[in-house]
Amino acid sequence: MGNPKAFLSIDRKEAGYRPVHERKTDFGEVEQTLNNEDRMLQASRCMDCGVPFCHWACPLGNKMPEYQDLVYKGKWKQAYEILAETNDFPEFTGRICPALCEKSCVLNISHQAVTIRENEASVTERAYNEGWIVANPPKTRTGKKVAVIGSGPAGLVAANRLNKMGHEVTVYEKFPQVGGLLRSGIPNFKLNKSVIDRRIGLMEEEGVRFVTSAEVGKTVSLKEIKSSSDAVCITIGSGVARDLPAEGRELKGVHLALEFLSQQNLSLAGLPIEGEAINAKGKRVLVIGGGDTGSDCVGTSNRQGALEVTQIEILPKPPVGENPQTPWPNWPNVLKTSSSHEEGCIRRWCLTTKRFIGKNGQLTGVEIAEVEWNTDPATGRFTMQETGKTEIIKADLVFLAMGFVHPEHEGLLDELTVSYDQRGNVSVGSLNESSVKGVFAAGDAVSGASLVVRAMASGRQMAEAVNDYLKK
Amino acid sequence: MLKYPVESGLYSPENEHDACGVGFVVRITGERTHDIVERGMQVLENMVHRGAEGADHKTGDGAGILVQIPHEFILLQGIPVPERGHYGTGLVFFPKIQSEADLCMELLRSILTADGLNLLAVRDVPVNSDILGEISRSNEPTIKQIVVTGPGKPEELERKLYIARKKVEKATAQSTLTEKRNFYVVSLSTQKIVYKGMLTSLQLREYFPDLTHPNFTSAIALVHSRFSTNTFPTWDLAQPFRLLGHNGEINTIKGNRFWMQARESVLKSDLLGNMEDLYPILQSGMSDSASLDNMLEFLVMAGKTLPHAMSMLVPDSWNETNPISDELKAFYEYHSTLMEPWDGPATLLFSDGRYVGGTLDRNGLRPARYLITNDNMMIVASETGVQSFPAEQIREKGRLKPGKMLMVDTETHKIYYDAELKKEIASAHPYREWLEKNRLKLETLTSGREVKNNLPNLKALMQAFGYSKEDIERLMIPMALEGKEPISSMGNDAPIAVLSDKPQRLFAYFRQLFAQVTNPPIDPIREELVMSLTAFIGSHQANMLEPNPEHCKVVKLKSPVVTNKEFDILKNIRYKRFSSVELPMLFPLSGGASALEKAVNNLCLKAEEAVENGHNYLILTDRGVNADMVAIPSLLAVSAVHHHLIECRKRMQIDIVVESAEPREVMHFALLFGYGASVINPYGAFAVLDDLVKNKEIQSDYETAEKHYIKSINKGLLKVLSKMGISTLRSYRGAQIFEAIGISSEVLKHYFEGTTSKVEGITMEDIARDAICMHQEGFAVDDPKSPQNNGVYSWRKEGELHAWNPETISRLQIAARTGSYEKYKEYVAAVDQKSHPIFLRDFLAFKGQKPIDISEVEPASEITKRFVTGAMSYGSISREAHEALAIAMNIVGGKSNTGEGGEDPVRFKKRADGTSVRSAIKQIASGRFGVTTEYLVNADELQIKVAQGAKPGEGGQLPGYKVDQIIAKTRHSIPGISLISPPPHHDIYSIEDLAQLIFDLKNVNPLARVSVKLVSESGVGTVAAGVAKAKADMILISGCEGGTGASPSSSIKHAGLPVEIGLAETQQTLVMNGLRGQVRLQTDGQLKTGHDIVVAALLGAEEFGFATSALIVLGCVMMRKCHLNTCPVGVATQNEDLRKRFVGRYEYLVNFFNFLAEDVREHLAALGYRKLDDIVGKTDLLEFMPKADNLKMQKLDFSRLLYKPAGDQAIRNVKPQVHDIFDIQDRSLISLSMPALEMQSPVQFVRDIKNTDRTVGAMLSGEIAKRYGYEGLADNTISCTFKGSAGQSFGAFLAKGVTFRLEGDANDYLGKGLSGGRIIVVPAEGTAYAPDSNIIAGNTLLYGATGGEVYINGQVGERFCVRNSGAITVVEGAGDHCCEYMTGGRVVVLGKTGRNFAAGMSGGIAYVLDEEGDFDFFCNMQMVELSLIEEMADNRELRNLIAAHYRHTKSPKAKHILENWDEYVEKFIRVIPIEYKKVLHDEKIEAVKKKIAQVEYDY
Repeated sequence: MGNPKAFLSIDRKEAGYRPVHERKTDFGEVEQTLNNEDRMLQASRCMDCGVPFCHWACPLGNKMPEYQDLVYKGKWKQAYEILAETNDFPEFTGRICPALCEKSCVLNISHQAVTIRENEASVTERAYNEGWIVANPPKTRTGKKVAVIGSGPAGLVAANRLNKMGHEVTVYEKFPQVGGLLRSGIPNFKLNKSVIDRRIGLMEEEGVRFVTSAEVGKTVSLKEIKSSSDAVCITIGSGVARDLPAEGRELKGVHLALEFLSQQNLSLAGLPIEGEAINAKGKRVLVIGGGDTGSDCVGTSNRQGALEVTQIEILPKPPVGENPQTPWPNWPNVLKTSSSHEEGCIRRWCLTTKRFIGKNGQLTGVEIAEVEWNTDPATGRFTMQETGKTEIIKADLVFLAMGFVHPEHEGLLDELTVSYDQRGNVSVGSLNESSVKGVFAAGDAVSGASLVVRAMASGRQMAEAVNDYLKK
Repeated sequence: MLKYPVESGLYSPENEHDACGVGFVVRITGERTHDIVERGMQVLENMVHRGAEGADHKTGDGAGILVQIPHEFILLQGIPVPERGHYGTGLVFFPKIQSEADLCMELLRSILTADGLNLLAVRDVPVNSDILGEISRSNEPTIKQIVVTGPGKPEELERKLYIARKKVEKATAQSTLTEKRNFYVVSLSTQKIVYKGMLTSLQLREYFPDLTHPNFTSAIALVHSRFSTNTFPTWDLAQPFRLLGHNGEINTIKGNRFWMQARESVLKSDLLGNMEDLYPILQSGMSDSASLDNMLEFLVMAGKTLPHAMSMLVPDSWNETNPISDELKAFYEYHSTLMEPWDGPATLLFSDGRYVGGTLDRNGLRPARYLITNDNMMIVASETGVQSFPAEQIREKGRLKPGKMLMVDTETHKIYYDAELKKEIASAHPYREWLEKNRLKLETLTSGREVKNNLPNLKALMQAFGYSKEDIERLMIPMALEGKEPISSMGNDAPIAVLSDKPQRLFAYFRQLFAQVTNPPIDPIREELVMSLTAFIGSHQANMLEPNPEHCKVVKLKSPVVTNKEFDILKNIRYKRFSSVELPMLFPLSGGASALEKAVNNLCLKAEEAVENGHNYLILTDRGVNADMVAIPSLLAVSAVHHHLIECRKRMQIDIVVESAEPREVMHFALLFGYGASVINPYGAFAVLDDLVKNKEIQSDYETAEKHYIKSINKGLLKVLSKMGISTLRSYRGAQIFEAIGISSEVLKHYFEGTTSKVEGITMEDIARDAICMHQEGFAVDDPKSPQNNGVYSWRKEGELHAWNPETISRLQIAARTGSYEKYKEYVAAVDQKSHPIFLRDFLAFKGQKPIDISEVEPASEITKRFVTGAMSYGSISREAHEALAIAMNIVGGKSNTGEGGEDPVRFKKRADGTSVRSAIKQIASGRFGVTTEYLVNADELQIKVAQGAKPGEGGQLPGYKVDQIIAKTRHSIPGISLISPPPHHDIYSIEDLAQLIFDLKNVNPLARVSVKLVSESGVGTVAAGVAKAKADMILISGCEGGTGASPSSSIKHAGLPVEIGLAETQQTLVMNGLRGQVRLQTDGQLKTGHDIVVAALLGAEEFGFATSALIVLGCVMMRKCHLNTCPVGVATQNEDLRKRFVGRYEYLVNFFNFLAEDVREHLAALGYRKLDDIVGKTDLLEFMPKADNLKMQKLDFSRLLYKPAGDQAIRNVKPQVHDIFDIQDRSLISLSMPALEMQSPVQFVRDIKNTDRTVGAMLSGEIAKRYGYEGLADNTISCTFKGSAGQSFGAFLAKGVTFRLEGDANDYLGKGLSGGRIIVVPAEGTAYAPDSNIIAGNTLLYGATGGEVYINGQVGERFCVRNSGAITVVEGAGDHCCEYMTGGRVVVLGKTGRNFAAGMSGGIAYVLDEEGDFDFFCNMQMVELSLIEEMADNRELRNLIAAHYRHTKSPKAKHILENWDEYVEKFIRVIPIEYKKVLHDEKIEAVKKKIAQVEYDY
């Protein structure tokens, strides 16, 4: 398998991003691609480990060593087939997955992980380009009907799988377009929306029905769906964003990150936006929250022509390079610099937000306070104290990117009378079934906000459970 | 009191082994004297060290003597016997219980009377019971001599006595006697009588006063002393038997017994009359040697001569590498169609009272030396020197050579040598003509038919037969590309078949058995000459007793795995009324288990019918698999049919041919052959190959792929055979060299008779369910999946579980690095509380008693003392890793192990920072790399590695490119030269050899304990008992889970048993034998946590080994790429760049071992014990926790595993071994050498020496090495002349500065491990014979020598200079396998050599005087090149060597050569390994380059 010695002579080579000056002016995907020869060499670096930690780390259980080997040997088609066995939409994960696999790659011990994610994207694009991915509707139908509510990654995977198992699947989406957060939350410069359309087209050809602008429990009757389906899958995501109820929150210019991001995506899609348009052009932007969503706000703000972008985070700055607290093969808590950060951004840590300051109802600044983190010797807990140092950052726009709380209870979930767990997520058993018979749930709605790849894995697991349920 | 045990716990009497010393003395001229008897007993007494004694130190394992009937002596007893030869007599063992004895006597009398014989007299044989040890006395029989008369000529009477004895045996077996073993007819003959008992060699004469009576006379005395692995009182198993004294072991015994049972139905003999009376010909419940004796006796009684019968049973090899006559080859080939060889190491001495002779197995694995005196006395024995004669009286000294025979006729006073004997038997019939007329060769047959290799529904079939992606990618493709089995590394940490929740092929439940200690595995590559896969099918095996050309009406196949094309021919042969019948191996899907059972039974009946219809072979085929019909597992079908036909006595008439899509890897084929198949056509594997070729997965044409694939399978088969020391597939067939694990005894009894299983397991229901489940994957779906990766070799999420998985590996690494006990507990949780069991220990919980506070438990430091790290050589792992292990173990008080490959002497001293990198355990493996005297004295423990868990029974090879300067230095070899470790230790072919090696090591370093590493398998307990009797201080039982740097994939997966079983069996057997108290037990095999350690302790272990876990602590991530030298974490590599990636530190290991000890302490506290010693062997504290969630696991039964032998014998080590190293020559040598040792002043002395003086010089050398290291003393500082016959291991490990001159002769292992000393061997003064044509020293000389000089004025035995890496030597003739595996040094042979010269030789140079111009035939050319002496430097070197030889020995031959140098130099052949040639060439170029550089500089 592979070339066991390649890693000794071939270095990790990332395709990298388009130059900052070029990419900053458009919403095209920032990541470049390698040519096939280089890609094959990169794949050859896989050592086909006896214990493939990459495969372990991947929530989907993608068989990295197997498809790397096939890419190395130029067997792109088989590589796609192997990939598709575990991953319904490698074109998504190949672009936007944080690649837990690469963090666990044995070669990552020396920071030379195999470029697994990029290889995955290449395999999939090649498969599309060569026309290997064609609709393959199930040969027989079971006659069972499944309603999938929510068309994010979890819902799409579930729909795809259940359809292939022969069930008749209808997907309900409250927005005018399918895709959930993939569509609305992830900026186009990371995931071009045509990638989603391409997949949805295939699914439709294979027989999945998509009903858009249909908010179940509001615009569509839940009763009707329940009575016409043999099983219901809830994949509505973790819709309630964490807010910051500080003084001045009502000021104009303070937005949840997703409001901002989805607006941009809608407008790029040529669709009307609801409410007031947010535009960062010529503005000072403060992003509160140091995670990926925050980073997306940074990238989007810059593209809109923001004057200055600052991103603050309450936690300390993670170490650069290596963190002994999170040793391999765990996910490393280290400083991550995204393509958006490269495009221009002030990043600060250990800052908490005290209040929003405004003038005439319009935000002008934010008062922040410095905090320090200490380990409580008694409990061993990591605790935060304010140092007393405060500061005011001038800002015309604030985006709150502090994560999500739980799914929207109102409407669908309450009407279904499903139980919630302590955190307010839909409570399910090991087989993804909720407290209501025949109602299943997966993805962020169950786990709280997490990665696309986890949502997909969860959707897949639910599909199996639903299938077993329907077989009974 | 020890009694011969029935099967209890894991112990099975079937596993008993024995080995021994044998010898005979004969007056060629036939005069009967008491002197011969006396000498016979002396021979025995002088080989006392080859026997063994039991736990009471008084009970021998058995000794006996066979003599001609002492007619005068009998008359003197007042018994009115008729003239010599007209009456029969013999000893009989009767039970001690009078009523039973009376019954026996009655039975005897009635059978004799019924046969027209007359019991003339019964004499109480006087015995001296007082001398017996407790164990032998416990079952001492009443011994009576019976005298029987009858009508007819002596030969007729002899036969009648035989028949009567067989009837007695049969009647006894069927009787109601409580102790049937105790009624035993020792011998009953008109010609010879046997005295034997459970005695030591020294007790024989004392116990039987008869033997010392001056009128007790004979011209023949054949003696035997036994070294058995058990100590149970078994008087009947002492030897000689009725015709034979056997030193060795029959590896194929199970098969031989089954085949003989099967054969009984077709035997006819006019001489023997009603054959039914004789059955079973092989008395049951006896040893392998006893069965062989039964067989030999039967053939002789049926009219075969002794040489003829012997040659049938233990044939020489008859392939093209053996220079024997074509007629003789034909004889062997003809007989090979009649009977499979009884395969194994053997010196066989036999006598029928008139003839006396001996023969050796084809590989010469046991020693036999002979001596003929001028007054016509001949002595043959395992050793020379067992009788001493003045030098002038000796006419000839020689040895039995591999496969050769020697016989004396005391009536015609003639000695028959091999050539003459074999010529006579070979020319008795026109065997060649018979063969040519009747025997077909498959390769010469052709047909015009088109044969397809593809299968239309391949995808479905691949699922139905369970082909996985790994099968294809990791096994089949490499085989098809490279023509050899793929290599893997690290151990097997996946669950055994019965513990897996995935459906399994039936093959997966079996494990290969392998040879350890009691017989040697063979090297199938380097010793290919004795190996053979030739198969025959098709004969109506009629009566083999009658010579008949029709017997060889067979098809001969070179390979037992046939292509579709060949198979098609085979199916359609109609030549000479050949016919075959096809029987489908299928059962209907709908019927489930009962349908399977029915189908198998039906198959058996159909097979029986096929015999009745006169078919030549039956074809079991699964070609018909479809949606409704499921394939019966091929192994089940084959074994069931095989055993059914044996049972109905129809097996000999038909052969079993298998046409199946199921077998694909070596193990599958081995199993099918091992359970009776003759030929296999794996059409499924071929279809897969065909598909792979078509899809360009294999880049060659189909024919090449197929050829390579078959070649790989065949090579793999040879490896599997050789692992058990079996050399021919013919004797492997049906020998069932396997054990089952996880199969119920019900299934085994029904279909796999004779196979053992220790923990019960699956039934037919499970077998059927799995078969159906896989079948459904292929046939119940529209579009079957492509083969999936089942994660058997590499971990996969959905695949088989692995104990080392991302969770356990990362948690362990994090815990050890951070030093956090909490993190360690997280690791423990991942190991101990896994969702699904992987090991047997996962079923074992502790029965807590009264918990105590942990503060009361002994400190961790007491526990870490019991920890050792596994044997991993510097070479297999990096220096950083190797040293970290040593430092850590030295800190925690445990022991690290050098592994095979020596140790840099720099490491013997402490470092400046106080740490020590000295490995406490020095391993002695078969390659003996770096095993110098200095190495041995710098050890706390000397470990003899007999087997390795990941590849038991196999050797290893460190390829030349891995041998860099430093590795070469520590291994005392040359950089760039491949280093081969042979499969066996060439000085351990049997248990008494092991005792000798232990003795050797104890001599060199009396302070170090000696341990022996064994691998868990069925019967390992019995082997361990033998090892304990061989005086090992510690025995290590290693699990099959153990790791490896490189091993064939099939060995990692399919050989050996889980450690729990081997450990428990060892503990039970040692306790039952009363031997446990004198040895310590250590164990290893995937031990990971305190739980594992405590389980092992409760099962009997006192010490615990860790290897994989220790490497993981140091950064190993189980890449399983060690064999590729690409370890990305710098652990298992020598590559500089990769080593830079090593992040391990010894501190991490110290953390880990302390955590383990703490973990153990917590368990001890919970159990309520203060010390680990207190729980050793207490299996009653273990509890079997059934796992209900799996249908297969529910059927497991651990009661045998947890059995605790009753009685008050010690259950742990309580006393030290008593080593006999006090009253030995070296003690006085050392005191005589004190001036040299203390002040380096030269000393000289002269000593007498006897064969009982063993290992002379080793202890002295140890003293030198302790003081002066490898450098030793100045040349000749100690110089000693010995007169007489030296015992084994003369001059072993002789250090520099010592010169030993031996005037006389020497036994085996002279110069073993020679470390710089000089040995000179010359015939005793006054010797009349020509030294160069007589043997003067034994086998396996200079084994593993690293330096020094040896000059031998005479011939030597087999394997001269095996694995020599530096010694210089001159000898005047050598046996087979000379210079085998040699890696350095110089060897000059001034005479003939045996076959297979230079096999596996990778370094050094040999010069051979080739006077007859045929040396190239005798040389194995795989690795060497031959040339004449062309270069002046070689000419000079050779001349100097011979001159030195002359100077030291005054050899007439050397003198003659030197005087005629120009003439002789042209007759020398220079043998140089190709690799070595390159190294020398490179060195020269390097030197030239240097010179050029200098010249330019000066310029």
